[in-house]
Amino acid sequence: MSKFLPLWPDRASTIAGQVDALYIYLVLVSAVMTLLIFVAVAVLAIKYRRRPGVLPHPIEGSPILEIGWSVIPFGVMLTFFIWGAVIYFKERTPPTSSTEVYVVAKQWMWKIEHMEGQREINELHVPVGQNVKMVMTSQDVIHSFFIPAFRLKQDVIPGRYTTLWFNATTPGVYHLFCAEYCGTSHSGMIGNVVVMSPQDYSQWMAGGPSAPLPEQGKQLFASLGCSTCHRFDIQGRGPNLQSAFGKPVLLEDGRTVTMDENYVRESILNPTAKIVSGFKPVMPTFQGLVSDEQLNALVAYVKSLAQPASGTLNQAAVAPAGQPQSKQVQ
Amino acid sequence: MATTVIPAQPISRPTNYLTNGFTLKSWLLTTDHKRIAILYLISVTLFFFLGGFFAMLIRLELLTPQGDLMHADSYNKVFTAHGMIMVFFFLIPVVPAILGNFLVPLMIGAKDLAFPRINLLSWYLYIVAGGIMIHVLLNGGVDTGWTLYSPFSTQFSNTNVIEAGIAIFIVGFSSIFTGLNFIVTVHRMRAPGLTWSRLPLFIWAQYATSLIMILGTPVIAITTVMLAVERLFHLGIFDPKLGGDPLLFQHLFWFYSHPAVYIMILPSMGVISELITCFSHKRVFGYKIVALSSIAIAVIGFLVWAHHMFVTGISLYAALIFSFITFFVGVPSAIKVFNWTATLYRGSISFATPMLYAFGFIGLFTIGGLTGLFLASLGVDVHVTDTYFVVSHFHYVMVGGVVMGYLGGMHFWWPKISGRMYPEGWAKLSALFVFVGFNLTFFPQFVLGYVGMPRRYWQYPPEFQVLNVLSTAGASVLAVGYLLPMVYFAWSLRYGPIAGPNPWNAAGLEWKTASPPPTFNFDETPVVTWEAYNYDEIEPKLEDGGIR
Repeated sequence: MSKFLPLWPDRASTIAGQVDALYIYLVLVSAVMTLLIFVAVAVLAIKYRRRPGVLPHPIEGSPILEIGWSVIPFGVMLTFFIWGAVIYFKERTPPTSSTEVYVVAKQWMWKIEHMEGQREINELHVPVGQNVKMVMTSQDVIHSFFIPAFRLKQDVIPGRYTTLWFNATTPGVYHLFCAEYCGTSHSGMIGNVVVMSPQDYSQWMAGGPSAPLPEQGKQLFASLGCSTCHRFDIQGRGPNLQSAFGKPVLLEDGRTVTMDENYVRESILNPTAKIVSGFKPVMPTFQGLVSDEQLNALVAYVKSLAQPASGTLNQAAVAPAGQPQSKQVQ
Repeated sequence: MATTVIPAQPISRPTNYLTNGFTLKSWLLTTDHKRIAILYLISVTLFFFLGGFFAMLIRLELLTPQGDLMHADSYNKVFTAHGMIMVFFFLIPVVPAILGNFLVPLMIGAKDLAFPRINLLSWYLYIVAGGIMIHVLLNGGVDTGWTLYSPFSTQFSNTNVIEAGIAIFIVGFSSIFTGLNFIVTVHRMRAPGLTWSRLPLFIWAQYATSLIMILGTPVIAITTVMLAVERLFHLGIFDPKLGGDPLLFQHLFWFYSHPAVYIMILPSMGVISELITCFSHKRVFGYKIVALSSIAIAVIGFLVWAHHMFVTGISLYAALIFSFITFFVGVPSAIKVFNWTATLYRGSISFATPMLYAFGFIGLFTIGGLTGLFLASLGVDVHVTDTYFVVSHFHYVMVGGVVMGYLGGMHFWWPKISGRMYPEGWAKLSALFVFVGFNLTFFPQFVLGYVGMPRRYWQYPPEFQVLNVLSTAGASVLAVGYLLPMVYFAWSLRYGPIAGPNPWNAAGLEWKTASPPPTFNFDETPVVTWEAYNYDEIEPKLEDGGIR
């Protein structure tokens, strides 16, 4: 790639090549169409230029041509649509076997937290060849997490989690940009994505000082008093959270929602929004009491409770999604 | 009673709308649609050059990767001012309020618009809103971007967001009143015999535009009120900390602001239909389908807004549907381009300046439209949205399209408006400057966007510099192309050759009255017995360009 006049960013994720392929297809079709129209206009304009004694020939129109140049371009556009949608579905559907990295955006920096407890600012270290899922939220305004070399971008929105996943293919250092205007230092909210070989990555990761994220969450779970109601041994005043993550939850109003990152987050900040069936709205809000980083740790902990590796094996019999045993049927 | 005798007008000295009163009052209290069009011409042109001044500041700052010309906050205010002024005070009113105001009654054989006083009121609303906007700029400006995204605009920006919102609110009513006026006028005031199928395509385009104006604009008004309420009273509408939803703002904003793109481009498409027919001296190819495609664009244009939000985390299926409908709205636009091209076939084509602008429009709009398909393709949009690719795309449509149409129309109808011809040689030169300068400014930005430069960046990594320098160089050429017409139009007011009623041998009712037209447009109400663009009944003007 020419550094003087680049035409492409680096190509460093599994999806980048697919996006480029569709882009090249779009460029080629557009170039042909543009050329066709330019040549047609130029040829017709010169051939039928105004000359003495040559009168224009009135033509009303042609239904066949009209149908033709409506249907054929639309057919071509459908190929753009389908191809684009296929790529988008891949981009938006993270594989289940993804390492998770939490991101908290704020004016004007990216705060990154790895599950292993590593924290970084405006730098993201990831290994080659591994599915990485970014779970992102913002502390203030809307930002957008943009890595041109991966051809990926996802808005980062306050009050909720958005996710983005990738699988990096080539070691190197790539741009990380904020792509949604966020105030004074919007253009300074940039950083580096460092893609490393697995060996380098584990070496880098070994230098980490703090406890893994779910471990931090477990401590918070105890210190904030969550564990007094959300008990694992007997039925507490709140739902049992063991193995609950990722499963459907029946709500008091009859709806069913999936217990995902956003649900856990909302239940901590606004507990009365979606009450689990059979429980009373007794939980206080933790809005303003926990930071976004602490929320991430709590979410990571609740999530870890559903992973067989970290949990115990005899949890399979527990009722789905923390419903009380006394009230299985609605 | 009638003791005072009103003297009969001396027939030997007919007055036209320009000579009907010379006092300031006769202009500021006029209800003549043509004079109001002139008022708009002056005020919209001032805002165009103000917005253009901010554009030049942006391009100068981006000449180097470092932020060295102004402070980051100033840069943010500059691009916000550029966007707000160009969108709300130039692009939206430019063709409807200037050419539309002047031509709608003339083209349908009416004396004036249906509500002349409301027409004047809409100009005053424009001026009040414009005054507020300038007051905002003089008092430190506003730094939200023209898109005003919440919660940045409601809780974080320390600038005059509310006042800018008030300006947008008021100027919205100006366009609602214009739209209302056009719709009623087209329904009720067409000359005898001028059926819907005989209307000029410019009128169809204005009609479709007016529909969007009256249906869409109230939504932006409501949205600015909600924004103000949250900012002033901390009522949670958009800010999640207060229990609101930040994406709700984007839905509401784009529900208006995407159709607003069609408010801008449709009237220019109407202009192009007039230019292509006149300078091919031929009826338009497929009149009905070109007319209906304007309506189709207006209707489908309301159903695509969320294509601005593909990376906000909206559901996969919502994204799928909005992507599909976005491709669908491409069809009527493509139909227009094909029909204009087909109109050239077996025509008698003149290369007068307005036609050069029409060719320029077709070229730039084709590129603008096709790159819109890149953005409609979900997988590619994720990479290029919020980069310079988007910036370039919408400038191709809104500047390449709208401004080419407007300048083509201004040259075409200038003899009707002023009674004089502009200098053809200078006009061709400036059309060339505009076309070359435009492409040099904006084509590099497509590449810049794909390489990854985000929009609204005050400083950028050094590898983006070459493309930015090209863009700034182009903007300088473009500026010359825009300044030249100002000079020669003004020159022609005094020194231009007298045009006569119909210098182009054009069809259309506006050419059947004097240039400049009398105050009430026609000495007697015309009766229409012919189809639109009946060029087979009119001799083509032989000399190239048709001026003398």
